[in-house]
Amino acid sequence: MTQARTTLFSRIRNSIFWAPILPQNERERKKFLLNNLILHFRPRTIPEQTLKFTHTWGLGGIAAALVMLLFLTGIMLKFIYEPFPGRAYDSIILLQQDVWFGQFIRNIHHWSANILVVVVFLHMVRVFFTGAFHPPRQFNWIIGLILFFLIIISNFTGYLLPWDQLAFWAITICTSMFEYIPGVGMWLQKLIRGGAEIGPESLKTFFTLHSAIVPACLITLMPFHFWRVRKARGVVTPRSLRDKSEPAVIKVPTVPDLILRELVVALVLIAFILVFSIIFNAPLEDKANPGLSPNPAKAPWYFLGMQELLLHFHPLFAVFIIPIFVIGFLILLPYFKYDSDVTGFWFISQKGRRMAMVSAFCAVIATPIWIIADESFIDFTAWLPGLPTVISNGLLPVVIVAVVVIGFYLLIKKKYAATKNEALQAVFVLLLVSFIILTLTGIWFRGQGMALSWPWQVGVME
Amino acid sequence: MCKQDKAKTAEVEPSRRSFLTKLWIGLGFIALIEFIWVVIAFLRPRKPRLSEANAEAIITAGPVESFAPASVTAFVRGRFYLSRQEDGGFLALSRKCTHLGCTVPWVEKENKFECPCHASAFDITGNVISPPAPRALDIYKVFIENNIVKVDTDKLIKRSEFRAEQVTYPKKFNND
Ligand code: HEM
Ligand code: HEM
Ligand code: FES
Repeated sequence: MTQARTTLFSRIRNSIFWAPILPQNERERKKFLLNNLILHFRPRTIPEQTLKFTHTWGLGGIAAALVMLLFLTGIMLKFIYEPFPGRAYDSIILLQQDVWFGQFIRNIHHWSANILVVVVFLHMVRVFFTGAFHPPRQFNWIIGLILFFLIIISNFTGYLLPWDQLAFWAITICTSMFEYIPGVGMWLQKLIRGGAEIGPESLKTFFTLHSAIVPACLITLMPFHFWRVRKARGVVTPRSLRDKSEPAVIKVPTVPDLILRELVVALVLIAFILVFSIIFNAPLEDKANPGLSPNPAKAPWYFLGMQELLLHFHPLFAVFIIPIFVIGFLILLPYFKYDSDVTGFWFISQKGRRMAMVSAFCAVIATPIWIIADESFIDFTAWLPGLPTVISNGLLPVVIVAVVVIGFYLLIKKKYAATKNEALQAVFVLLLVSFIILTLTGIWFRGQGMALSWPWQVGVME
Repeated sequence: MCKQDKAKTAEVEPSRRSFLTKLWIGLGFIALIEFIWVVIAFLRPRKPRLSEANAEAIITAGPVESFAPASVTAFVRGRFYLSRQEDGGFLALSRKCTHLGCTVPWVEKENKFECPCHASAFDITGNVISPPAPRALDIYKVFIENNIVKVDTDKLIKRSEFRAEQVTYPKKFNND
């Protein structure tokens, strides 16, 4: 092509896009992918089996799309929002009443953030149950955990920003939990609050974390996470439980097979969020009043599992020792020794599936019974008046629960003549479902004074 | 001569190189620690200026007679309750629940502090009547000058339970 025959427009276009914008054939598609900054994170071809929606449920992609929505709306909110206790609440009111689409943008930010927590959690569960954390994906599990942590921090720091009663007391309660961490607890609490109590310093700190530090971490770690998926030759190849032989790999081109599917999922997601945000407004209560605590005062919903633990165990165990064990377990998970290669099977095996079902059933029955029993008549503190409460209300019940869980492991392993992998998975399901039930109890079944009650008696809490 | 030299350097170099590498790594670590230290020092909560702090920290509650025995008076600005015991002694109780930091209101009818958040209750001395609160309400130092009750809200005093020596008595009560 000689210079003479091109137009100014086509010369500019060709300088921006080295490849055709809408590729027509195989060769152009290949070029399109390699010459696109974002797309070249993807392999050129992928195994056909991995495309099935029920393999990944598109959860990682949905999470990424939600983060993008949050960045977009978050930056827009920043134009209106003022991070000072006297003005924050009023700026939200201004946003909702006087700014065009202000309420709408806030709703999108609010609902995307909350849905993101659920989506990332489900993504992690999917990765676990398809065995996608085994080599070579071990370290990507760790990166994922850090991403999860960042998402929780984003949500938590964002929660304070509207500076209404809900925000103020939820953050007061959560940061008070730090006091129970031995040694560094008080120091850590002061650092996070920027003083002894939630005040102007806290709001400034939270806003900086929320709108600069955490987004910067997210935007660097997410591409790292994706790149690792590519380096592991894409997501795990699903394997069928009936036919255990290595599946024949049929490769299909990423563009368009994968990209079009991702676009469809993203568009459906965005449509859903937009409709949801038109119908439901993000909650906003009265302006924060440090002299008046609401009844009941609850942590943000994703921490209610922990707050529920706090009602049953001594704080040292509820907010420190138990979480340390859970986090330690999640970090070490890819590095344990496993009997067999189970990467790519949903729930390891047919037996694994049955055991997971039994475990879930046990948890659904046992957890509510335990909650009600502990609420109504179990009272180690009163039964053992001589012991300090750390022992009677902490160590003792925790040891009892641990013994029950270990007993469950041995029993189910023997009953099903299962492998270590399968039995461990059963215990994981047991704890996972219990945790979900604890969280739901905290959200819907805790009313005034945190007493057990029905959702319709308290009104559903956000 | 030349040959010998070469042999020597070949022998020496690996260890010298690994020493230098270690040195660089060590220096890198020191730089990292310094960086973290600077960040933490930068973010550490600042003490309010001394003059301001003094002026605000000491709250003048009022003359002794204006508080009836066995009564509780709220001081919103100082964030505490002045609690006068049956025997005439004074206690300044923090209004912050020792469970998770909610503000506890004094319920006159029931003669106790009731936390709205998770139903802890405290008596007039700040002692826990019902859990989950693990400790009695924190206190501030009370002192009485010329029959005027003052409270120093600068330092929060933590305690596990109420003890008699925490109470401050006006002069005439002290004497008899
Ligand atoms: C993963 C990313 C993010 C998450 C999970 C998240 C989460 C949240 C949440 C839960 C709130 C409280 C909203 C409410 O309850 O109404 C909030 C508010 C806010 N966020 Fe974000 N956010 C994210 C990213 C960002 C970014 C990148 C910015 C700006 C650079 C931002 C700016 C704001 C502002 C200004 C508010 C206050 C407005 C309001 O409360 O409605 N956010 N965020
Ligand atoms: C902001 C949060 C996250 C985003 C945006 C994200 C995104 C993604 C995407 C797009 C994939 C490709 C496959 C798929 O869609 O499932 C993926 C795979 C993966 N993710 Fe995440 N993820 C996040 C959080 C996590 C978390 C919390 C974990 C686990 C602790 C995790 C562990 C993994 C692993 C191990 C893979 C490889 C899975 C496989 O090969 O099948 N990720 N992630
Ligand atoms: S904060 Fe007072 S009972 Fe929990």
